[in-house]
Amino acid sequence: MSSADLPLLDIVGLDVFYGDFQALFGVSLSVRRGGATALVGANGAGKTTLLRTIAGAQAPASGSVRYDGADITAAPPHRRISRGIALVPEGRRLFPSLTVEENIQVGGAAAASGAWPLERIYAAFPMIARRRRQRAATLSGGEQQAVAIARALAAGPSLLLLDEISLGLAPLVVGGLYETLTGLRAAGATLLIVEQDLRRAMGACDHLVCLLEGRVALAGPVASVSRDQVVAAYFGEGRS
Amino acid sequence: MTWVNAVIQGILLGGQYALIACGLSLTFGVMRIVNLAHGDLAVCGAYLALVLSSALGAPVWATLPLLLPAAFAAGMALQVLLLGRALRHGVLAPVLVTFGLSVMIENLLQVAATSDPRGLNGGVLTLASFRIGSITVSWLFLTGFLAACAVLSGLQLALSRTSWGRQVRATADDTDTARLVGIRVRPVFATVAGIAVATAALAGVFIGTIGTFDPLTGTNTLIFAFEAVVIGGIGSLWGTLAGGVALGVTQVVVGEVNQAYAVLAVNLLFLAVLTVRPRGLFAGHQAREVQEAAG
Repeated sequence: MSSADLPLLDIVGLDVFYGDFQALFGVSLSVRRGGATALVGANGAGKTTLLRTIAGAQAPASGSVRYDGADITAAPPHRRISRGIALVPEGRRLFPSLTVEENIQVGGAAAASGAWPLERIYAAFPMIARRRRQRAATLSGGEQQAVAIARALAAGPSLLLLDEISLGLAPLVVGGLYETLTGLRAAGATLLIVEQDLRRAMGACDHLVCLLEGRVALAGPVASVSRDQVVAAYFGEGRS
Repeated sequence: MTWVNAVIQGILLGGQYALIACGLSLTFGVMRIVNLAHGDLAVCGAYLALVLSSALGAPVWATLPLLLPAAFAAGMALQVLLLGRALRHGVLAPVLVTFGLSVMIENLLQVAATSDPRGLNGGVLTLASFRIGSITVSWLFLTGFLAACAVLSGLQLALSRTSWGRQVRATADDTDTARLVGIRVRPVFATVAGIAVATAALAGVFIGTIGTFDPLTGTNTLIFAFEAVVIGGIGSLWGTLAGGVALGVTQVVVGEVNQAYAVLAVNLLFLAVLTVRPRGLFAGHQAREVQEAAG
């Protein structure tokens, strides 16, 4: 088996707690190199927790996270970024007092590669190039989301974790963002996308994982799961 | 002319307050720590300068190349070994820790150096002055003011233009996200603490050269520094300079009328600003926007 066949990201049996509250129960999942995986589930299912654990913001009580063949379960966030994992956090979380360009530059602090210099980022997101000297807080929601993605790209990632990038945005704007993601995939990036909009998620991804109350309820190629199966897994129907 | 003179002396004195306050402002702005030992650290700097200056037999200025790096290192160590750990236990823990540190420093200094007031050897600068019309300006006060301006401009430049500065501002905006995008927060905190203590030590040198100091000087120093930060607006270094100048001018001008009311007037000014503009006269757009973004 060549290294290209190994999953880029391989998660086994993750248990994650917030104090006494357990958010993830033995979650396992693997992401193929160059693939796009949709992570879906109801509010509170543990999607954001899972992404934050992969990014290193949350330490699991047990289980392991392997990336590109190496165990990174205990690695701090900046090490993971240097290895090529970048997160676009839920709610964008830009630095409000920094300019657009400074936000993007900060994303390159621990860059894995120089694959995304500023010029390439501005070419991919012309709407934020015009606003580069403005404070991030003064931008519209869609522009801010584009900056958040640009900030993650500045780290030159091979695995991009995207947490609810369509939240609160107009469908047209979301469509534009997803077109950009298609472009990123074509350029060789691997994506793990948390998305509320099932149709959008199943349209953009080749793999789907559905979380229910902190457990994996359904996982498989998008082509092999029906919408009904996903809806059942999403709401936990058919369980006794 | 008395009044013009009072205002000029007040502005120069304000530079001193700003110099001691900028470290406090930076520590609060970036780490969200109110360092109650900041004034005592300045006094420690003055004592260290005294020891070095006597050992070298030279004016205190010659000790700065040793003193400032030592203070920077002490600040980093303080952050890494003590304050950083305290921060993990919520916002109250660092306040208690720095309060304890303040008490410890003051008592250790009393044991080690007695309560006798000391002064630092400022060399030829101490008594040198020049005249503009009928106003006499002390070279020492002017140097102190210019040093404060230089430190504040240097800090402002470093914060706005360097990659380190970007990381500091990003960390100040949102520490959790800063970590997530790959900023190593601990080294950022440590360098900020190092700079805060180094500027405090420099301020301590001017305090000790212009006047005298004893182990308990730190508490008063802290109050003035704190008032300068609040009057100027948290998160704005130029605001801190303006706050310091407002304190200095008030103190000297009121002192011209009646010396007994000088410090009282300063505290009244502080209370007035808190009542009318609780965010300070020059609240940084930073603070405002963060609040807007949050609310």
